[in-house]
Amino acid sequence: MEKLYPITVEVNGKQRAAQVPARLSLVDWLRDELRLTGTHVGCEHGICGACSIMLDGDPVRSCLMFAVQADGHRVTTVEGLLQADGKLSVLQDSFCEAHGLQCGYCTPGMLISSQALLDKTPNPSEEQIRDAIGGNLCRCTGYKQIVDAVKLAAQRLAAKK
Amino acid sequence: MADSKSPYGFRYIGAKRRTKEHPRFVMGRGRYVADIALAGVKHVAIVASPYASAKILSINAEAALALPGVHYVLTGEEFCAATDSLAIGVDTPKVTRYALAKDVVRYCGEWVAAVVADTRAIAEDAVELIEVEYEQTPQVVDPEVAVQPDSPQVHPEHGSNVLFHRRFVWGAVDEAFAKAEHKVALRVRWGRSSTVPIETFGVAAQWDPGREILDIWASIQMPKFPDQLARALRLPGNAVRVHYDVDVGGSYGVKRGIKHTALVGYLAKKLGMPIRLIEDRLENMRGGDMHGPDRLFDMQAAFDNDGTIRALKIRALDDVGAYAGRSPLQLGKPVSAICGPYRIKAVEYEPTSVMTNKTPQEAVRGFGQSPTNFAIERTIDHIARHLKMDRIALRKKNLLKKEEFPYLIPSGSTYDSGDYHTVLDKAMVAIDYPALVARRDAARKEGKLAGIGISTCLEPSGGNSAFEPLFNPKNDTTTWMDSCVVRVDLSGSITGIMGTSSSGQGHETLVSTVIGEVLGRDPASIRVVRADSLNALPSNSPVGSRMAIMLGGAAAGAARKIRETLIEIAAHNLGCTTETIEYSNGNVAVRGHPDKKMSWDELIAVAHRKYHQMPQGLEPGLQAKFVWEVPTGGKLPTPEGVVQIYPCYSFETHIVYTEIDPETAKPELKRYVCGHDCGVMINPDIVHGMTYGGIAHGIGAALYEKFSYTEDGQFESGTFMDYLLPSSMEIPSVDIVDHCTPSPLTTFGQKGSGEAGYLGAPAAIANAINDALAPLNTSVETLPITPDALWRAISASTAGGAVKR
Amino acid sequence: MKSAAFEYARASSIAEVCDWLRKGGDETKLIAGGQSLVPMMAMRLTRPARLVDINEIAALKFVALEKDYARIGACTRQCVVAADNALAKQVPLIRQALSWVGHSQTRNRGTVGGSLVHADPAAELPLAAQVLDAQLLLRSHAGSRIVGAAEFFEGPLATVTRADECLEEIRWPVWTEKRSGSAFTEVSRRHGDFALVAAAAQIALDADGRCTRAAFGLAGGGSIPMAFPALAAQLVGSTLDDDAINSVTHDAATALDPGGDLHASPGYRKQLAAVLAARMLRAARDEALKQ
Repeated sequence: MEKLYPITVEVNGKQRAAQVPARLSLVDWLRDELRLTGTHVGCEHGICGACSIMLDGDPVRSCLMFAVQADGHRVTTVEGLLQADGKLSVLQDSFCEAHGLQCGYCTPGMLISSQALLDKTPNPSEEQIRDAIGGNLCRCTGYKQIVDAVKLAAQRLAAKK
Repeated sequence: MADSKSPYGFRYIGAKRRTKEHPRFVMGRGRYVADIALAGVKHVAIVASPYASAKILSINAEAALALPGVHYVLTGEEFCAATDSLAIGVDTPKVTRYALAKDVVRYCGEWVAAVVADTRAIAEDAVELIEVEYEQTPQVVDPEVAVQPDSPQVHPEHGSNVLFHRRFVWGAVDEAFAKAEHKVALRVRWGRSSTVPIETFGVAAQWDPGREILDIWASIQMPKFPDQLARALRLPGNAVRVHYDVDVGGSYGVKRGIKHTALVGYLAKKLGMPIRLIEDRLENMRGGDMHGPDRLFDMQAAFDNDGTIRALKIRALDDVGAYAGRSPLQLGKPVSAICGPYRIKAVEYEPTSVMTNKTPQEAVRGFGQSPTNFAIERTIDHIARHLKMDRIALRKKNLLKKEEFPYLIPSGSTYDSGDYHTVLDKAMVAIDYPALVARRDAARKEGKLAGIGISTCLEPSGGNSAFEPLFNPKNDTTTWMDSCVVRVDLSGSITGIMGTSSSGQGHETLVSTVIGEVLGRDPASIRVVRADSLNALPSNSPVGSRMAIMLGGAAAGAARKIRETLIEIAAHNLGCTTETIEYSNGNVAVRGHPDKKMSWDELIAVAHRKYHQMPQGLEPGLQAKFVWEVPTGGKLPTPEGVVQIYPCYSFETHIVYTEIDPETAKPELKRYVCGHDCGVMINPDIVHGMTYGGIAHGIGAALYEKFSYTEDGQFESGTFMDYLLPSSMEIPSVDIVDHCTPSPLTTFGQKGSGEAGYLGAPAAIANAINDALAPLNTSVETLPITPDALWRAISASTAGGAVKR
Repeated sequence: MKSAAFEYARASSIAEVCDWLRKGGDETKLIAGGQSLVPMMAMRLTRPARLVDINEIAALKFVALEKDYARIGACTRQCVVAADNALAKQVPLIRQALSWVGHSQTRNRGTVGGSLVHADPAAELPLAAQVLDAQLLLRSHAGSRIVGAAEFFEGPLATVTRADECLEEIRWPVWTEKRSGSAFTEVSRRHGDFALVAAAAQIALDADGRCTRAAFGLAGGGSIPMAFPALAAQLVGSTLDDDAINSVTHDAATALDPGGDLHASPGYRKQLAAVLAARMLRAARDEALKQ
């Protein structure tokens, strides 16, 4: 039996405690133990970005962290992007409106990366958007409608203010 | 984004509509195979061959089996005795194929043993403990060597590495070559790449001994998958139930994991445990059997001074890797558009499918058409260069004219409709072609290498796979139907039922839009579900750009039946003939008598509850099925190899501008316009999205992506660090210009578009790069065109010495 | 792609790290950002028996600007360093190099020290360290020592760091000349990939535009990133005209012994080295001329 390590992680606003083997990756813990299956596994070596989550507010690849390392930290997954009332966030809704996805597999990672961008850069240029999602590979869209979706979200968020 | 109103005068078809699928995906609530939690599921990891060609002398799994948490180690010895070979696309019965190797391995990464354990991590621990003793044997890696009789044999029982070879001659080819004023010959090479979805292939299986049924959840896109699986596992067809309500994380052709599923299905039944195999990226790249065409073309063209192209000779040598599967047929689809969009009346086509010690090939977006388009379009540019003729003028001279349709090509397919000149003109306007030429010329004056590439290509669509009997006379399949069920329940809500999975194409949106259009009901209120394979009507799955045509046609057919039933009920209850009933948004009235009417709810109530009000002979309840055969399908090829393959032909033209840094040899795509005509677009956002994606995929094939092998057959691009999928930083912002020439063969005038963009992008990019190289009198004819290859071409060219260091 | 089993310890101080390293030796590996280590573990190319996590040690996360040096704690995240405007003013080459490192997601987790200790021959930060001859403070239970970048890198993924040592901080020399400029570029297959070849240069000029100090280097051209101090010294006194620059960059490229792989042949890498080094020297010169 592998040694287990106690962890407590704030996931989408809730404290989650668990006992994990050291080698369990953060993404496997989120998906298989917490059943937060919105975060996807694409390459497990840090290239595709499908597993992007926010760690203490910044996007990181959850395949390149062990769950035990997240102890005491704050994690946001795609499931945590919904508004408090369960409605789609402006960004999520903009992805639907601009057809910023097809198969949906890279989408959670794209949402995490672009939400993190909008959090810090409310009015991003096309170049900044492309740079922000440059570490998230998509095979369906050719990225165009994703960029459009992020632009749309930025416009809508600006109009709300 | 599309307009909110349909440009075609439909109510829903062609209008901007959000898809039904998106909300679940943006919420993180997709249901992919890896998300399916079967209680007590065990995990498989694979022992893979480190050699391209070797004998397996022994396998010792003792230490692995002793590891706590390990349940089983399966080897080829047991598996091959207990199951049957997977299906083979051509008539080569001795090229058998099983999930696990027995006695010999034929490629680096081939599966040798499978471990079943409590967790994937433990399964991987066990993989490392399995000792396999190999004796290396000579391998063959180069397809041109593999076709030689004295080459090492990948399957010695077959007697040759050649799986398929035939010389088709359609029209008076030799005469055309004899009479033509000019000829060119060239050799081009399409590199081994694939669609490489971000989700790997995965499958979960569970055997229920009480019901004797094998349940399968898989990230699948494959026609006849349940049938092939049942055959391989020696089970009756109705003992396999494939659940199609699994979201597939991208496929574009390759998600066929039949060998994975046979393996996991066997293990689930044998061990009585739910089992899953979710490929990791290493397994996916080397042993997932999803590589794409790897093709060498020898092209010859015969043409006259004025640019009239009289004939083509195309020799294609395709390296399919170590097993046959369906891949040799990827040389077959191009028969359906063998002369491209051009008026070329004689074509010789000599395809050869050859095996080497590499990972097997699987169906890739376009099923061999994009490589062929690339070869044809490079040939067109060579002809222009030879004649010193403008490339656009040459294309316009040979492109079929609008009034020539329907047009029968020499190999037997009739192109349904098109307006190629207008699409090309629209694209030229969109990119401001004269300004682009000026920009290129100015860049050249500044010492840059700058080029413009054009391609004009076809997307055969509608998925009539008549290349199957063409390439295998023992296969007399002539139907590739698709179907749909439409139900209206007691509450009046509509449900469409389809019988296949989707991988991002938006089929739920397609079906609901079409049903909504026919019944006049809001598509947002229509639910679309997926039957499992035992509940489903037949489907040949989303291959060959067929679903808008085939599933769309089936959904329309079923919805029309519902509408007819409602009209019959109305006529019966309103005391008039069906011809006088006016149907509007689900409500009916007698023409000229607006007070004589029945509402949707009243009609539904009659159908479901009031048998006494039903016309005689009508079934109670309200549901209809429609099974649609591919239009123009149903025929076998002639002995000369003439056959109609696809019904509909979408057209695309790409204009791309590139600049290459002459010192670093790095190309950059600076401007990109695609003109596209796929008839009526049921959902324009979806069509555009697939086209942008296809272009990005084509940019990958042209410039970045390659499954690379060393001379001794070692696989060297097994990770995403070495197999390079382009990111948002590599893909330029593309503009699409639409045009609509409806198909006369389909329900709403739609054509296929699932492979759009990919079919013309590599050709246009190769043409742009080579236009940039033209002043140096050099060219690069092998895809992907890497900076290293460009540097070698630039520095080897005579003018290259003048380039500033 | 699951790592082999290992034990985990989260260190809360540098002393604790040194203690683990003293006890653990070769079996123990430090994990900082993990952006290179974790993929290698997932592919089972490396299998440490114990990981000691240094991510929670506040004492390893700092940027401190001093007169001659900018000191950066080994576990300072790349994103933090890249965002530091004061640092970018004092040692601009660091930010310039970081703009080529990975993607925002990897820079949010990846650390400056981790990249240096990982010592990929084509990595950007090791090249910047070589060009500036950064000084690396290595700590062990027995004490500390400072190693210059010129001695630090031994080969691909190999440095002089002993099994009982950890990198504590990096001291980046500040060029105090009034007119100085630096530049960094690379050619990679895709944005964010390791460089096929990367080049960096830093130049100081006198009031007349004559070079008073020069440094340049190349990564991807051999087993370690290389600086060329002797060749750079030849530029001192020149106005950095094309001939002067081309002569030294030609010699630098000639001195390289790059490997070939599926992405680039040795010949192409040499071509890139000569071209990019010259471009960066010119760019650094032009930057300095603006001041």
